[in-house]
Amino acid sequence: MADTLLEIAALTKRFGGVVASDAISLALAPGELHAVIGPNGAGKSTMIAQLTGEIAPDSGRIRFDGRDITTLPVHRRSRLGLARSFQITSLFSDFTALDNVALAVQAHCGHSFRFWRDARGEAALRAPARAALDRVGLGERADMAVADLSHGERRQLEIAMALATRPRLLLLDEPMAGMGPEESARLVATLRALKGSVTILLIEHDMDAVFALADRISVLVYGRIIASGDAAAIRADAAVRQAYLGDSEGAAASSARGAAHG
Amino acid sequence: MKGLLETSRGSRPSPRLAVNAGLLVILALAPLYAALTGDPFAMTLFTRVLILALAALSLNLIMGFGGMVSFGHAAYLGIGGYAVGILAKEGIGSGFVQWPVAIAAAALYALVVGALSLRTRGVYFIMITLAFAQMTYYVAIGLDRYGGDDGLTIYQRSRFGSLLDLDNKILFYYLCFALLLAGIYLVWRLVNSRFGLVIQGARSNERRMRAIGFATYRYKLVCFVIAGAMCGLAGALLANHTNFISPAMMHWTRSGDLMIMAVLGGMQAMFGPLLGAMTLLLLEESLSRVTDYANLVLGPLLLFVAIYVNGGIDGLIGGVRHG
Amino acid sequence: MQGASLSVGAPSPQPSPRWGEGVRTSKPDRGDVRHDDKSMLYFIEQFLNGIQLGMLLFLLAAGLTLIFGIMDLVNLAHGSLYMIGAYFAATFAEWTDSFVLGAIFAIVATLAVGMALEVIAMRRLYARSHLDHVLGTFGLLLFFNELVRLIWGPAGMTLSLPGEMLKAVEILPGLFYPVYRLVIIAVTLAVAFLLYALVMRTRLGMLIRAGASNREMVGALGVNIKLLYTMVFGLGAALAGFAGLMQAPILTVQIGMGENILILAFVVIIIGGIGSIRGAFVAALLVGLVDTVGRAFLPDLLHVYLSESAAASLGRALSSMMIYMVMALVLIVRPEGLFPAASK
Repeated sequence: MADTLLEIAALTKRFGGVVASDAISLALAPGELHAVIGPNGAGKSTMIAQLTGEIAPDSGRIRFDGRDITTLPVHRRSRLGLARSFQITSLFSDFTALDNVALAVQAHCGHSFRFWRDARGEAALRAPARAALDRVGLGERADMAVADLSHGERRQLEIAMALATRPRLLLLDEPMAGMGPEESARLVATLRALKGSVTILLIEHDMDAVFALADRISVLVYGRIIASGDAAAIRADAAVRQAYLGDSEGAAASSARGAAHG
Repeated sequence: MKGLLETSRGSRPSPRLAVNAGLLVILALAPLYAALTGDPFAMTLFTRVLILALAALSLNLIMGFGGMVSFGHAAYLGIGGYAVGILAKEGIGSGFVQWPVAIAAAALYALVVGALSLRTRGVYFIMITLAFAQMTYYVAIGLDRYGGDDGLTIYQRSRFGSLLDLDNKILFYYLCFALLLAGIYLVWRLVNSRFGLVIQGARSNERRMRAIGFATYRYKLVCFVIAGAMCGLAGALLANHTNFISPAMMHWTRSGDLMIMAVLGGMQAMFGPLLGAMTLLLLEESLSRVTDYANLVLGPLLLFVAIYVNGGIDGLIGGVRHG
Repeated sequence: MQGASLSVGAPSPQPSPRWGEGVRTSKPDRGDVRHDDKSMLYFIEQFLNGIQLGMLLFLLAAGLTLIFGIMDLVNLAHGSLYMIGAYFAATFAEWTDSFVLGAIFAIVATLAVGMALEVIAMRRLYARSHLDHVLGTFGLLLFFNELVRLIWGPAGMTLSLPGEMLKAVEILPGLFYPVYRLVIIAVTLAVAFLLYALVMRTRLGMLIRAGASNREMVGALGVNIKLLYTMVFGLGAALAGFAGLMQAPILTVQIGMGENILILAFVVIIIGGIGSIRGAFVAALLVGLVDTVGRAFLPDLLHVYLSESAAASLGRALSSMMIYMVMALVLIVRPEGLFPAASK
């Protein structure tokens, strides 16, 4: 098997005069947790959109498990094992949490041209859904309507849905956004438990979580990867510090917290 | 499974159940009422309610549950009706041929319209479905042999051998009733099946559906075809009921009527379209007995519903629904 | 009408005369090109008719696309304003015995009705879904048809032109074209130009363009959004009323006249791209030309392959459908229309 699960080669995207993605190249090994950090406006959303298939790149290629998926539509990529969570919570708001996750299970459990049998009664769909909810700590809230869930719980539901599709690669777009410290800690624990079995590309601003979890980190600034390496290398990188982490004191404080987490 | 007549979780039966059950009872007894009062028009009116309720039901499948606001649904009524009318004129009077043709023709047109229209969203979708219905309207007007603008009388209702005599008004009424109930049951099962959940999910958040791996287009297309077929059947019934077909069956204001019925009744409710059809037709009827200018009342009423009412009549009865 | 079909909004007893078919009504002093004289002149005549239809469609579509682009409102009652403009003009012209005065008063009156409508009803619809818009404005459409019937009666009206305009002018050797139709083209082009100037060169126009591409931003800029909306709606209403009164002498003033052309106007804005005035202009001309020229020449084209009667009836049916086929084609290739305004 290949030792690269996801390979991004010179991905480029322009919007008018703005270069949102500037020859981005990245390679993820199976089981790796790779974090992508960068200031706002760096082009992280654009990169994710191209990875999931919502936007077509101007040039460059994306290979998943050796297969070129650059022109594959969104739903086909999901079928291949590429799951994502959304930065701005995007759920089925008229349904319960369990319904939401069960739909994700359903997408990968045979076809859905079944017109008669009650889908909410299908154990093959409901059981894995409950399991996914338990995994993120939402087991008790399974039968609540999405409207009744807290913001943090909805973020967790996002993760649960992504997990329910039994992905090989998980694209997490700022999953901790808007979460309190307790919820963040729980999510970090969930992700840590996933490490190794699922490959994860984590876009995040929460530096504590990033340094606690990531095997490798890439830094995206103005659409370009300016540095890529393990936590220590990134902390030491002068360009990164200047562009993003701020002065050396800030970086040192971060690394101390990171050590406490790890 | 979401209840068909929808009981509440508590011990007290919900008002929704009472209303729906009551409605069924009223409809079941309508012929009796007509016989007792000696009012022939009552039967005509109630039969019409049932037929248009079936049409509105088919629209609600795609609109209420699927989020596909089709402004051209009357096209399928017309196609179904014209299938019966044209075959009757050409000497093929057997219902066993006419009705399947009506359903198939409507389904085929729905396939074509859906395949093209479902590539668009929002207001574009609304308008393109309207435009496709207009096309059928103009084609019908152009059919000189089948009456063109004036329409065509059907002298003999669909024949089903010795099984059914559709000239018997009461029999015909109960046939329509049975078909409507079957339709409601079918839609209920459909909506709660795997297929139905995909359709509902696509309405709720299509982007999400694609992200988890559903090719939403093909599901929506199939749903669109099913709805078209069901409406084609309603069209066949309508042609039989009025013994007449005309381009007015597919006029866009007829599509508007169907939308009104679906919204008025409550788009998330199985019995919504029936409630809506009943309400609209009875309202029109009673208004027209009082005034020559019924729309002076009806128009603003629709506006009021559009601005202030959520969930239609069903919503008013049972409170806002989840899922 | 047939049977006991008391359905809401049943189509008017006779279908409104379709565009292009009114061309051949005989009026005094109108020059005419013989139907079987399939010359260049006939084509030019139809071409001009097509431009005229296109310009009238543009007036309707411009209002419609502005209202949709800025307020995100689907307005089925737009055709009612078109109808009201025609009725007002016919009435005021009768009272003042002057076509021009009647027209001016009609525009003002329609503007007033439009703004009142916006304040009373439309602004409450903005927050609702498009389906609710369709329903609500459909209700208004029914209401206006009924109101007009109440006030003016079911028979319709006529709007007559001053004598000079009834003449025809020889614009090319052998081709006599009615003066009034030329006036329509000229005046509507002038209005289009004014509209362009308004949208491109004035502050109001800037707000309109900004609103069309980003509604929330304009509100955030502290502009009196409510007033802006009322003015935009009023502008759309005035344009619609103006179109209605301009076509009245040639075609019709009757109940339900707005419906058929409204659908054409929607087709125009779909083809042109919602929110785009430029798109509306191009698409309106396209639709006007395709519809008119197609209607005129298609039966003859078919006559090459079919008998005369078959060609005539098939031609009629097909030419009614042609516009929709063009729209379908455009949507397949460019689902957002030819000149989509912006992301919103």
